[in-house]
Amino acid sequence: MQGGPENATTIDERHSSRVTVEVNGASREVTLDNRTTLLDTLREHLDLTGAKKGCDHGQCGSCTVLLDGRRVKSCLVFAVTVDGRSVVTVEGLAGPDELSPLQAAFIAHDAFQCGYCTPGQLCSARGMLDEVSRGWPSAVTDDLNTPAELIDAEIRERMAGNLCRCAAYPHIVAAVRETAASS
Amino acid sequence: MRAFRYHRPADVAEAVAVLAAEPQAAYLGGGTNLVDLMKLGVQRPDVLVDVTRLPLDTVEGLPDGGLRIGATVRNSDLAAHPVVRRDYPVLARALLAAASGQLRNMATTGGNLLQRTRCVYFQDTGKACNKREPGSGCAALHGQNRDLAVLDWSEQCVATHPSDLAVALAALDTVVEVHEADGPRDIPIADVYRSPGTHPERETTLARGALITAVRLPPLPAARRSTYLKVRDRASFAFAVGSVAAVLDLDGDVVRDVRLAYGAVAHRPWRAYRAEEELRGRPFSRELAARAADAELAEARPLRHNGFKLPLTRAITVRALTELASS
Repeated sequence: MQGGPENATTIDERHSSRVTVEVNGASREVTLDNRTTLLDTLREHLDLTGAKKGCDHGQCGSCTVLLDGRRVKSCLVFAVTVDGRSVVTVEGLAGPDELSPLQAAFIAHDAFQCGYCTPGQLCSARGMLDEVSRGWPSAVTDDLNTPAELIDAEIRERMAGNLCRCAAYPHIVAAVRETAASS
Repeated sequence: MRAFRYHRPADVAEAVAVLAAEPQAAYLGGGTNLVDLMKLGVQRPDVLVDVTRLPLDTVEGLPDGGLRIGATVRNSDLAAHPVVRRDYPVLARALLAAASGQLRNMATTGGNLLQRTRCVYFQDTGKACNKREPGSGCAALHGQNRDLAVLDWSEQCVATHPSDLAVALAALDTVVEVHEADGPRDIPIADVYRSPGTHPERETTLARGALITAVRLPPLPAARRSTYLKVRDRASFAFAVGSVAAVLDLDGDVVRDVRLAYGAVAHRPWRAYRAEEELRGRPFSRELAARAADAELAEARPLRHNGFKLPLTRAITVRALTELASS
């Protein structure tokens, strides 16, 4: 729409879409301006404020969610592209009154201070542990053809997409290590 | 961000037809670069054609022993593919050295090849940039150019190509399969990328609206002994300040065949033909590897802040080849 307002708040039909997406096990339906990211959809349209907006440019990882089971940065996903797909946010990692083993380990190891990056760290670690169980190598894996042992260097490399401004990294590594060892 | 219409094509032909009919449409792959550039106002498509649900997401062995990789195969899936890990470790290593776990889950093969430079002046709409806005000038030439090109740049543009994957594919003599308005076409990767010259806004030889549908790796048994070395400002999740993709085939200690390509030095992934020429047929040594790198970099023209890239590129050439020679 040339010459039109760049950031019009009213939804016009050509530039908006009806999107159905499964979020934490429940089907949700919403009409969105095509420019709306998955992150903004979760936070502003679906009342799921667990995923956080840090940089909004795919660099900090605080918006990490699981899309069809794989960790992605929801700030770089237009919601219109996930129509029919399934999303799990930090709110869906465990039931409303329980903690997943990963969440319990984060608490036990004091793996955060301010907590802003934590939902992204948790979703990223969940996705990362699944990648490890599928035998995926990382940049620090010596032998590409043998499943990597999850030593600390592997955890750090695989979690490099999640920044923690409070620098709780040693405790995050410990929490992930313990979760991996006990699962 | 400019408002856009969203289109999900049923097949490749429809995708290409939409691009042909809509002069300001763009393909959307994993979005890891395009969505960001749209937020920054650097790219302003009015239609997005989402190609991620096209049936281009498979990796298949070819009768000749090569490998065909669909354009929408995600970087993480490709890096984890058992045949890639075994037969083309340079490719797996290049992919794993790039971005972060989340971004590799999103980024596609085709999109990775067509990602835009991370030159900060290109990404800042308040700065002059001939690539973003032809004729506006180049703020990088005499600006902060530490991360930019040392080879083959022009007065109009000193940007580098940011992809690691493309460097590995350049070393492997990959063929890029594209679909254009008048049908499919195969292009050797060496002919895909352009020097900046006077038209840095044209980064590839692909026709406007061309869709990459796959890349084809030729059989290359020597690539089992291959690697990718990348130097970054931090240990992980950063673009290269120097990188090398290397394949080495030794007959005793004599170099029977070698493939070398550099990243972070030029507007395109830089296949180091001259270095290969120096190495081929000679007994391998560290000194020979250093001489080969020097031959390749002889015509380099470092900018004010990036002279370090020459000794760096030389050093990683020696290290990569020496590691391969002793493996």
